[in-house]
Amino acid sequence: MSKTKNIIISGVGGQGILTASEILALCAMEENLDVKKSEVHGMSQRGGSVVSFVRFGEKVYSPLIEKGSGDVILAFEKAEALRWRGYLKKEGGVVIMNTLEIYPTTVSLGLDTYPENVEEEFKKYGVKTIVVDAVGLSIKAGDPRTQNTVLLGVLSNFIDFSVDTWIKVIKYRVPPKTVEANLRAFELGRSIKA
Amino acid sequence: MEKKFLSGNEAAARGAWEAGVHVATAYPGTPSTEILENVAKFKEVYAQWSPNEKTAFEVALGASIAGARAMVSMKHVGLNVAADPLFSASYTGVNGGFVIISADDPGMHSSQNEQDNRRYAKFAKIPLIEPSDSQEVHDFIKEAFEISEKFDTPVLFRLTTRISHSKGIVEVEDRKEIPLKEYKKIPEKYIILPAHAKKRHYFVEERTLKLKEYANTTPLNKIEWGDRKLGIITSGISYVHAREIFPDASFLKLGFSWPFPEKLLKEFLNGVERAIIIEENEPFLEEEIKFLGYNIEGKKFIPLVDELSPEVIRKGVLKEELERLPDGKGVKRPPQLCPGCPHIGIFYNLWRLRATVTGDIGCYTLGALPPYNAMDTTICMGAAVTNAHGFDVARGWDFTKKTVAVIGDSTFVHSGITGLADIVYNKGNSTVIILDNRITAMTGHQFHPGSGKNAKGEETKTLDFEKLAKAIGVDKVYHVDPHKLRETRKILREAMSTPEPVVVLSERPCALLPEERKKAKQRPKKVVIKDKCKGEKCMGCIKLGCPAISLRDGKAYIEPLLCVGCDLCQQVCPFDAIVEEGENV
Repeated sequence: MSKTKNIIISGVGGQGILTASEILALCAMEENLDVKKSEVHGMSQRGGSVVSFVRFGEKVYSPLIEKGSGDVILAFEKAEALRWRGYLKKEGGVVIMNTLEIYPTTVSLGLDTYPENVEEEFKKYGVKTIVVDAVGLSIKAGDPRTQNTVLLGVLSNFIDFSVDTWIKVIKYRVPPKTVEANLRAFELGRSIKA
Repeated sequence: MEKKFLSGNEAAARGAWEAGVHVATAYPGTPSTEILENVAKFKEVYAQWSPNEKTAFEVALGASIAGARAMVSMKHVGLNVAADPLFSASYTGVNGGFVIISADDPGMHSSQNEQDNRRYAKFAKIPLIEPSDSQEVHDFIKEAFEISEKFDTPVLFRLTTRISHSKGIVEVEDRKEIPLKEYKKIPEKYIILPAHAKKRHYFVEERTLKLKEYANTTPLNKIEWGDRKLGIITSGISYVHAREIFPDASFLKLGFSWPFPEKLLKEFLNGVERAIIIEENEPFLEEEIKFLGYNIEGKKFIPLVDELSPEVIRKGVLKEELERLPDGKGVKRPPQLCPGCPHIGIFYNLWRLRATVTGDIGCYTLGALPPYNAMDTTICMGAAVTNAHGFDVARGWDFTKKTVAVIGDSTFVHSGITGLADIVYNKGNSTVIILDNRITAMTGHQFHPGSGKNAKGEETKTLDFEKLAKAIGVDKVYHVDPHKLRETRKILREAMSTPEPVVVLSERPCALLPEERKKAKQRPKKVVIKDKCKGEKCMGCIKLGCPAISLRDGKAYIEPLLCVGCDLCQQVCPFDAIVEEGENV
C-alpha cells in the first residue's frame, strides 16, 4: 500500500487557500486516489491564519495531518510557513513559501513581532526550501489573483500527478474568464525547479 | 456510480435530498451553515432560514406531523435554543421522518463552548447517529429518515466540525420521491397535555427498549475484526483518527450510539484481549459501558478538553510522539474586522468613549480584541440586550449612562427582541446599538428577516427595526452611518446620556457583500505620504484596527491588496498624511 501524502497549505484568510486545496484534492481524485481535505471556516477566515490539510493515497481515514508527518508545506505568506513547521516530517520534508509578508495589526500595535529569517528557520534543519515571488509571477501571468495557481505550479513538481490532470482540473475549477491567466500562472510556477 | 468530492455538510444535504426530504429549515451557525445552503439548491426541497433554531425546529416538526420528511440543522449551541421543542418532539413522535442535525464544535473553532450534544440524545430519549466521514453522512442520513419513521421518533444526527468541514469522496445516488404521509388528527399524540404526556412517556420508554434491540442489529454499528490483542470502541470522527494510529486493531465502530448496543459490545469484548474507548470530549460511550458493568477505560487516555486528532491519540494511548521538527514561531494573527467593515466605526468610537459594552455573537465580537478592547461581556445569542439591563438594575443610572449593548441585526432578530421588551417593560434606561449590515455576515452571508430576501433568494418583506423598536415602546430611535465617525460618536454620546431606552440603528451593509465589493473596486485606494506621517508617535490610523494598515519602518503603510478605499483612515489622520492613490506626487 503506497504511503499517504500529506500536504499543508497555509496562509491568511482571503488568499485563495481553499480554492488551491480544492484543486489539489480534485487532482488526486482524478488520479483515482482516495483523498480527504480539512479546513475550518467561520471566525478564522476574518483575516486570521488559515490552513488546509490535503491527504491522498490508496485509503485515507483521518482528514487531519499528524504533527511530524507532513510532506510539503505550501505557504501563501511567509510567517504562515513557520507556524506549521512542526507538522513537517523530520526527514525529506519540503517547504514552498511565497515571499509575501502580511503584517497583522498585532505587530503594528507592538503586541508581537514578525518572525525574521523564515527561510533560515527551515534550512537549518535541512528542509528543502523554495522561495517563490508568487505576486510577481502572478502579475506576469496577467492576473494578481493567480498567486495560488503559481504556488500550485511549484508544488506540482513534488507530486506524482500528470500535467494533464492539473490542467484539466484548473480549467474546470477556476472562473472561466481567468482560465488562460491561471494556466500561464501554473506553468510559471512549474518552471521553478528546486 | 457517480462520485463527488463533498464536505460533510454537502453530503448531508445530498443524502437528505436523495432520501426524499420535503422540508429543510435552519438558522446559520458554524459549522452547520452549509447544510441548508446546499439543500436549498435542490428545487424539490422547500428550504428556509428561520429567525432562530427554536422556530426552525418547530417548523420542521410541524412539517413532519403534517406528513413531510423534514430536517432541521443547527450548530451545537443552537440546540440549546431549540431544546424546548426537542423534548416535546420526543413525546409526540413524528409522522413523516424527522431528522435533527446538530453540528458540534470540538476545539471551539468558532463557538463559545465545547458542549457534546450526544448527551441531548440520551436526555431527550431519541436515537443518536454519528457518521465518521462524508460518505457515511450521505449514507446514514438516509437510514436516519427510515429509523425515524419506523420507530416514530425524531433522530439526532450528530456531526462535528471536522466532519462538516472536511471533504471526501462520496458515491451518490438519485432522489427517491416519497409521497407525503397521510395526515390524521391525533390529539393524544400531538397535544401534549399532562394527561396525554403521561401516556406518551410510557410510549417513549417502550420505544427506547425497541431501539436498544435495534442498535445491536443496525448496519450502522459493526465490528471490524483485526488483531485481537487490542479492541477499540469508538464512534464518529474519533473512528477515523483512531484508524490512522491503529490500522490493524479490532474496532467496535458505532454509527448508532444511543441507545447503546449491549449485545454487540459483549460479542466484541469476548473477541479481544484488551479493549479501550477512544472518543472526543465527553465520556459518553464510557459512561454507557461502565453503567453496563464493564470496566473499560477511555478518558484515562484521551483528554476531555479540545479537539481529538491522530497525535492526541498517539500521545494518550501509546505515550509517544512522531519524530518531528520543532514548532515554528508564528506571528499572532487573530481574526479581525475586515477592511471597510461597518463595525470598525462603532468599535473605534466605543473605544474612544471608554464605554462599558455588553456584546453578542457575530463578527462584531471581534470588537473585544485589540486595538478596541471594547467589550465587557459576550454570553450567548441576544444576551447583549439583557446583560445591559442587568448592569442597569444592579448599578443604576450613573453606570448605565456609560454602558451600551451591541448586537447584530440577525442576532437581534434571533434573540434580542424579547430582551428589548424586557428593558422597556421594566423601565430600564439602556442604549442598544443594532449593527444592521443587512445580512448574517459571520457565517458567510445568509439572509434573515431584515434582509428582504429568503433562503431561495426570493424577494420578501423586510423587517423594519425602527417600527419594531417603537412598537415595543422605545421612543428614541437614531439612525447612523458608522463610517461617519464624528457624527456617530455624537449620536452615541447623546443616546447614552438619555435616561430612557434608546435604540441606535447603525446602518451600513457588510463590506464583503458583492455590491459593496463592486463599489470598493471602483474607488481609488488610499496611500500614505511618508513625509507627513508621524508613524509610531501618532498611531491614529493604526488604532482603527483596519487589517490593511500596518506600521512599516516606523510609518503607516496601507497594503494595496487589502485596501477597499473607504476613508476611515483619512478621517482619523490628524496630519492629512493619507490621500487617494495618484494624489501623492
